[in-house]
Amino acid sequence: MTKFVRSLAAAAVVAMAPVAYAETTVRVAYDADPVSLDPHEQLSGGTLQLSHMVFDPLVRWTKDLQFEPRLAESWEQIDETTMRFKLRSGVTFHSGNALTAKDVDWTFDRLKASDDFKAIFAPFTDVEVVDDMTFDLKTSEPYPLVLHTATYIFPMDSAYYTGTTDDGKDKGEIVKHGDSFASRNVSGTGPFVVSEREQGVRVVFDRFDGYWDADAGNVDKIVLTPIKEDPTRVAALLSGDVDFIAPVPPTDLKRVEEAEGVDLITMPGTRIITFQMNQNRVEAFKDARVRQAIDYAVNNAGIVDRIMRGFGTVGAQASPAGYLGYNEALAPRFDLEKAKALMAEAGYADGFSITMMAPNNRYVNDDKIAQAVASMLAQINIKVDLQTMPKAQYWPTFDERAADMMMIGWHADTEDSANFHQFLTACPNPDNGNGQYNSGNYCNEEADALMDAANAETDPAKRAEMLQKLEGILYDEAAFIPLHWQNLAWGSKSGMNSADIVNALNFPYFGDLVVETGS
Amino acid sequence: MFAYLAKRVIQAVAVMFVISLIAFAIQGNLGDPLRELVGQSVSEEVRQQLRDEMGLNDSFVTQYLRFAGNALQGDLGTSYFFKEPALDVILKKLPATLELVFGATLIIVGFSVPLGVYTAIKPDSILSRIIMGLSIVGISIPVFLTAILMIFVFSVEYGWFPSYGRGDTVQVWGYWQTNFATADGWLHIILPSIALASIMLPLFVRLIRAEMMEVLQSEYVKYAKAKGINPWRIYFVHALKNTLLPVITVGGVQIGTMVAYTILTETVFQWPGMGFMFLEAVNRVDTPLIVAYLIVVGFIFVVTNTIVDLIYGLVNPTVNIARMGA
Repeated sequence: MTKFVRSLAAAAVVAMAPVAYAETTVRVAYDADPVSLDPHEQLSGGTLQLSHMVFDPLVRWTKDLQFEPRLAESWEQIDETTMRFKLRSGVTFHSGNALTAKDVDWTFDRLKASDDFKAIFAPFTDVEVVDDMTFDLKTSEPYPLVLHTATYIFPMDSAYYTGTTDDGKDKGEIVKHGDSFASRNVSGTGPFVVSEREQGVRVVFDRFDGYWDADAGNVDKIVLTPIKEDPTRVAALLSGDVDFIAPVPPTDLKRVEEAEGVDLITMPGTRIITFQMNQNRVEAFKDARVRQAIDYAVNNAGIVDRIMRGFGTVGAQASPAGYLGYNEALAPRFDLEKAKALMAEAGYADGFSITMMAPNNRYVNDDKIAQAVASMLAQINIKVDLQTMPKAQYWPTFDERAADMMMIGWHADTEDSANFHQFLTACPNPDNGNGQYNSGNYCNEEADALMDAANAETDPAKRAEMLQKLEGILYDEAAFIPLHWQNLAWGSKSGMNSADIVNALNFPYFGDLVVETGS
Repeated sequence: MFAYLAKRVIQAVAVMFVISLIAFAIQGNLGDPLRELVGQSVSEEVRQQLRDEMGLNDSFVTQYLRFAGNALQGDLGTSYFFKEPALDVILKKLPATLELVFGATLIIVGFSVPLGVYTAIKPDSILSRIIMGLSIVGISIPVFLTAILMIFVFSVEYGWFPSYGRGDTVQVWGYWQTNFATADGWLHIILPSIALASIMLPLFVRLIRAEMMEVLQSEYVKYAKAKGINPWRIYFVHALKNTLLPVITVGGVQIGTMVAYTILTETVFQWPGMGFMFLEAVNRVDTPLIVAYLIVVGFIFVVTNTIVDLIYGLVNPTVNIARMGA
């Protein structure tokens, strides 16, 4: 029966082929679908992925983490706190409206009002429209991350989102937990329009006929299906039911790599997995030697090798290679004898007991990593009482700082080294939000001063020096235990050139995808 | 009959009340819904403000009373993720789940009766031994394992069946889209149905077999045989009818259990039904949806059990439903 159906389908395709023009459809399976069509409702990977398909940013990251002009054609610094951008001309929104600087201004104001994005835009004060195609992006102080932040500005169609809906709601309003116009309707400048959407089941994207970047790619239609279960997602790729999947779980890397007609694409990611040692809960953690001993005792290369099956990059600092703060001199530490010596030196030769918590469904192999670290610490006589839990329960527990050692992974929203320190290791301060995720309560004035100086320094070379020095301090003091950066992996049908569109930020640029058409 | 139904309705309301209370009590332990709603760098201050807006900072009693008040007017809250009334979300997902349960039920009914009867009539034959052996295997393997195994054998290796989703569905009425109208729909529902049936089918084969063997020993069957009635008529008309009573009882309860098993089957097959939706809701701490799901499923349990009791009376006239109400 199956064969019959298949030959029927094949016959239909053959019969229709001469009539219909060859449409290139790519079926994509992710582990989740975007929560909303509103690009400012939630700052998450899913939202940004959607934004790159339906909208265009002013500038975007290339594969080697450089800036590439998109809607902004060029830019120049006109004074210490002002960057002047020139918009690309002839760009239209899906609604047919033309893109002008007014749309950028409107979008900027909306970003400043979004709970999720306003932190990133805090250093920015205003967008001043110079003329239709020119605007100034202003900061309150000299700020080094203007272009980094411009990757988050996806101009929205201000005319389309202005006004009220039939039931009297503002079309531009951002609603987190309820219905809103912007969460269901969308008009951007991006390569695709959303033509069909059933949340949690399927999103269909059709090529936008009026897309400005006409030679960008040849995909006419993308069908995005969320497939939550790892084995099912892999099976869907292997059986040819979908053409592109992300992520590929570490257990199936080999299978996807070896399968015929399917390519595995991997690259180092930028999310660092770490453990923090709570100095408020454990007196011994106040001693840098004890923290160093723990760092020496944890074999992070072994974890990458055995638990991650090589699917990670061993880390000795928070900044991944390619970031300004990445300090080449810092090497991963592992030396059990040295660790024992440090413990003895600090007066803890007999060790002590601690509690440890980690999520079990947030990071790749998170619970197994925590178990491994616990048993490694046993070798320097630190007895660990480990508890792992689903992420939904873990984060409230993390906020309570409920254990002596806690796991956290971090990706810098700004793609900049200072962000790691600001959230993970800066002196906790509720007033400015520093150290919001610093469950270790590590606090070093010198390090914080370096971060503040770097955030006011616009010369990249000087900034790099400061940020690298900062990483050096955190390393010497063993402020936290860096484990590894999770790698990224995508599975793709062969002949799709998928390797050209992926990047370390994990937003494949589907608009640029060039699929080889066999016929 | 009326008295019985009235009593049943009162019971049902009480059960619903208890379920809603329990569902509400556990939601505090499911985690923080905010975490799934906001990005990592949102400050604590903004989070608190959102919690206030959503009423998450109110006391348990206030929250419950607000929920109960709305629920009495048919409003079970709004899903954080779907941004729609939770009941609507569930009703949209319900047909997919019911079709899956229906598909599995077809398989169970279609295979369990002949297999059960056969193994009862010829308990010593090699085929019977194979069937009984396989049934042990079927009961022992967890549903998700069966499902993943089937996907890898029949989708990846042989490519006979699609690996996920519902495929082409046809709009029937309201939210109901059916899989049974297109060839593609049939292909999509076969593997999930088998996976879902894999636990229940062996159970029913064994149940029918045991009951049947007992009935075959009874006086009236012996008498019928002595009278020279066609053996097939004895087996499938006289004996089987008396076998069915316990089967229906168990079956009614198991339909409810099957709804629970759909959580696993639907998750593995990415079947867009309410079981999968529930698991996702738990992961996302979408509390209004979780509470609504528990209430709807509780309701399904109560309804199926009531229907089973009514059918009982039809199959076995000695059960007097009217008196049960007294």
